[in-house]
Amino acid sequence: MPLYEHVFLARQDISQAQVDALTKEYTEVITEGGGRIGKTEYWGVKPLAYKIKKNRKAHFSLMNIDAPPAAVAEMERRMTLSPDVIRFLTIRVDAHETEPSIQMRKSDRDERRDGDRGGFRGDRGGFRGGGGGFRGDRGGGGGGGFRGDRGGGGGFRGDREGGGPRRDREGGPRPPRDADTPPPSDTDERS
Amino acid sequence: MADTPSAAPRRPFHRRRKTCPFSGDNAPKIDYKDSRLLGRYMSERGKIVPSRITAVSAAKQRELARAIKRSRFLGLLPYLVE
Repeated sequence: MPLYEHVFLARQDISQAQVDALTKEYTEVITEGGGRIGKTEYWGVKPLAYKIKKNRKAHFSLMNIDAPPAAVAEMERRMTLSPDVIRFLTIRVDAHETEPSIQMRKSDRDERRDGDRGGFRGDRGGFRGGGGGFRGDRGGGGGGGFRGDRGGGGGFRGDREGGGPRRDREGGPRPPRDADTPPPSDTDERS
Repeated sequence: MADTPSAAPRRPFHRRRKTCPFSGDNAPKIDYKDSRLLGRYMSERGKIVPSRITAVSAAKQRELARAIKRSRFLGLLPYLVE
């Protein structure tokens, strides 16, 4: 039988006990269909990145399912009918993870994550640093912000472009003429 | 003696070639549930950052894009940051 990972989101204003009841209900649907539930996880109430069916938060639950497709289809059909389930996602996987998923151990990873994030951002100076290369993607970077971030992407491109303001974003030593001609985008933003 | 700036020994505009962050030993696994990891490969606007900037390999970039899209569907990541 194929293996699935199934995540479903329940409305935020129901209680955790009701979410457990939902999980139990759908577990029964699977077992009736000849399948098996490996592991269930409750991730808690998490804020949503955008509103889903007028909900700003939702209860997240994960189930590892080993069941015939028909049983999964039946469970999904019932989920669409339920007013409490606002969204679900079933994904076929080659193997189930046995240890708690990343969402369960989020809290103890927080500090470490921030640590290596600094390193990651740091070594691509051309991307975030410079004269708002990133702002270009919002369309706001006045002096060709996006072009700047492309030019700064790699040394090989910098060599091809014969100097100009883009070269300043390379992170190398700034040419002295920069002192009397201010960089375009920074000053535009402030004045 | 007659060193031009471009042929300087330290090669000021040379950038060390970065390697794919998802290849090699103890590389993180790309997982749609790991919204924190995936979020680092998105712009402030919520777009997926191109691999030429992040140096993710082509195969891993496809995997990453798929994971980000799954994560967005579940509301873990935004489609758009206003």
